[in-house]
Amino acid sequence: MAIHLSDVAAARVQHFLQNRGKGIGLRLGVKTTGCSGLAYVIEFVDELQDDDEVFETKGVKVVVDKKSLVFLDGTEVDFAKVGLNEGFQFKNPNAKDACGCGESFTV
Amino acid sequence: MALLQISEPGQSAAPHQHRHAAGIDLGTTNSLVATVRSGEAVCLPDDEGRCLLPSVVCYSADQCQVGYPAWAHQSSDPLNSISSVKRLMGRGLEDVSRLGEILPYEFVSSNDSPVPRIRTAGGDFSAVEVSSEILQVLAQRARDSLNGDLEGVVITVPAYFDDAQRQATRDAAKLAGLNLFRLLNEPTAAAVAYGLDQKADSLIAVYDLGGGTFDISILRLNRGVFEVLATGGDSSLGGDDMDHALGEWIIEHCGIVELDAGLNRQILLAARSAKEALTLSEAVEFSVDYRGQSWRTEIDRRQFDDLISGLVKKTLQACRRALRDAGLKPDQIDDVVMVGGSTRVPLVQSMVGEFFAREPMCELDPDQVVALGAAIQADILAGNKPDNEMLLLDVLPLSLGIETMGGLAEKIIDRNTAIPVARAQEFTTFKDGQTAMAVHVVQGERELVSDCRSLARFELRGFPPMVAGAARIRVTYQVDADGLLSVTAEETTSGVKADIVVKPSYGLTDGEIESMLRASMEHASEDMQMRMHKEQQVEARRVIEAIDAALTQDGALLLDESEMTQIQQQRDALAAAVESASTDELKKLIKAVEQASEAYVARRMNASVKQVLAGKQIDEVDV
Repeated sequence: MAIHLSDVAAARVQHFLQNRGKGIGLRLGVKTTGCSGLAYVIEFVDELQDDDEVFETKGVKVVVDKKSLVFLDGTEVDFAKVGLNEGFQFKNPNAKDACGCGESFTV
Repeated sequence: MALLQISEPGQSAAPHQHRHAAGIDLGTTNSLVATVRSGEAVCLPDDEGRCLLPSVVCYSADQCQVGYPAWAHQSSDPLNSISSVKRLMGRGLEDVSRLGEILPYEFVSSNDSPVPRIRTAGGDFSAVEVSSEILQVLAQRARDSLNGDLEGVVITVPAYFDDAQRQATRDAAKLAGLNLFRLLNEPTAAAVAYGLDQKADSLIAVYDLGGGTFDISILRLNRGVFEVLATGGDSSLGGDDMDHALGEWIIEHCGIVELDAGLNRQILLAARSAKEALTLSEAVEFSVDYRGQSWRTEIDRRQFDDLISGLVKKTLQACRRALRDAGLKPDQIDDVVMVGGSTRVPLVQSMVGEFFAREPMCELDPDQVVALGAAIQADILAGNKPDNEMLLLDVLPLSLGIETMGGLAEKIIDRNTAIPVARAQEFTTFKDGQTAMAVHVVQGERELVSDCRSLARFELRGFPPMVAGAARIRVTYQVDADGLLSVTAEETTSGVKADIVVKPSYGLTDGEIESMLRASMEHASEDMQMRMHKEQQVEARRVIEAIDAALTQDGALLLDESEMTQIQQQRDALAAAVESASTDELKKLIKAVEQASEAYVARRMNASVKQVLAGKQIDEVDV
């Protein structure tokens, strides 16, 4: 079971955490909402929950709850720029079908 | 493919439900837009990486250009390239024609609209319309950068902007199709960008030296609300003056005698880049082409400092005045925030630091700091922060008051008060045995209710009958962050309560607010006379009321016939004159009644004291 960050994504996360001045890491997860089944969650972490798994990747603590991990195993998170827009992107081998916007997916 | 931002814990939005928000610094010379992404406030650049958008709009017959392309037309097409439109916001034709000496535009006005318009090749446009073009470009940049529509924006305005200017800015946002969360004072935005709003209480000076203007604002932060204590500055003092001072030095130094427009521009450009280079370097070399020759020369920072120290001193004089207006000394200021590109100049930083006896804050880009603060505020208002890290910084455009006896408006919350706010005032009954009171909520600056805007009426009923003046009716006005007013009236001895909620700004247009404010100034002295007159009438009626009540109670007991007639005569004279007499006559008549009944009042006092003391030992009486 593992989740990866690209070099750029790891650097951005570290920058944002430093700018925020608090937080122990990055939470990745899924929740059941959205136009196509599941939606990604990406948040700062201030405290760990009981069912959290913690991965250390490229100097960043990535926190995933056990239930989400099932759907995220093997995912690589990248940071991309498209035109003026920029942000984090999930490359998830578990996703069979994503809605047009890519914010939600089915497994 | 969606590009996601990191949310605060537990604040992840559902897909397509992101609450995008932006902060906009709508400046005189340049404008910027910023947003909070993954918890960090950043200015959004255009597709060429430039954050600044020149606040210039160029109209031609078939199109309208904004920003750099319009800026490029400025010298070739000055009449159709509108710049510095911020100076025209909320201004009438009269003010505008005064500014017209500085601004080259042709103004027109029509009968159906009092707003002056600028005549261009593309049609006639008001300042609001021109500003809305700039806002649209910035908002589109934000939408492209966030890949979604904007939930709302915060736009900054100078602290000294009056209601008409603020309303014009609101109108521009509306015209641009933006949901305006709030207008934010520029110095407040700068303080927010530095996180000063997280402090408990402090006094903050915001020193804003731009290209052509200087503003100093003294703010007090009090429980999350910024209050502007004083503002000052110079609308024609800025970094451009430094370029001119250095330019003159170059002209003198290179022995230039004939100066044409082209050479002048070349010298000013050289001066500007030398000034910018001297921010980091101790000395800088530059060249000017003159009469086919290239003149090379060097200037060091000390020489440059000598050239501009007079300008900086001028800004400090304005600081001293603003502090005096605020009733403060320089060393009472807790934080000094630097805003505007010209505050990069080392001498400015050191002299300001010396003046306030503390290190000024200049870590953030001084051109961006206002937009960044606005973005942080917009992010909070869009609901992207947990547990309401709310900052509430709006002000009331017009005073809120209550109708008192005689149709007078008594102000409860003054205009320009920061909201949210709650103020209470106590009122009492006018007549003996009164058990109800009508509350009439009014808005405006005039003294008479009939000249103010009526917002709501309600009645407080069912409190116990008491003698006139004994009931304690506490009326509380509370305005929440969205400008919603709730009014509560409570008779405090019995606890009887009534309340109502109204929206004071509803349905008021720019023009209405402006004309209300204007009328209050024009009619100030006649309003005051009318108020004094009405107050005398109320007093007269109160005296009559009191005399009548007393006479029925014990007049026959305490007065002989001639005394009774005399009091009655004076009372009738007053009653007959209430409606018709002048203020002074009324005053005299009231005095006459009081004099006629002096002995009677004394006797009543004695009688009631006797009644209280009857049958008691001297040591039983509390004195």
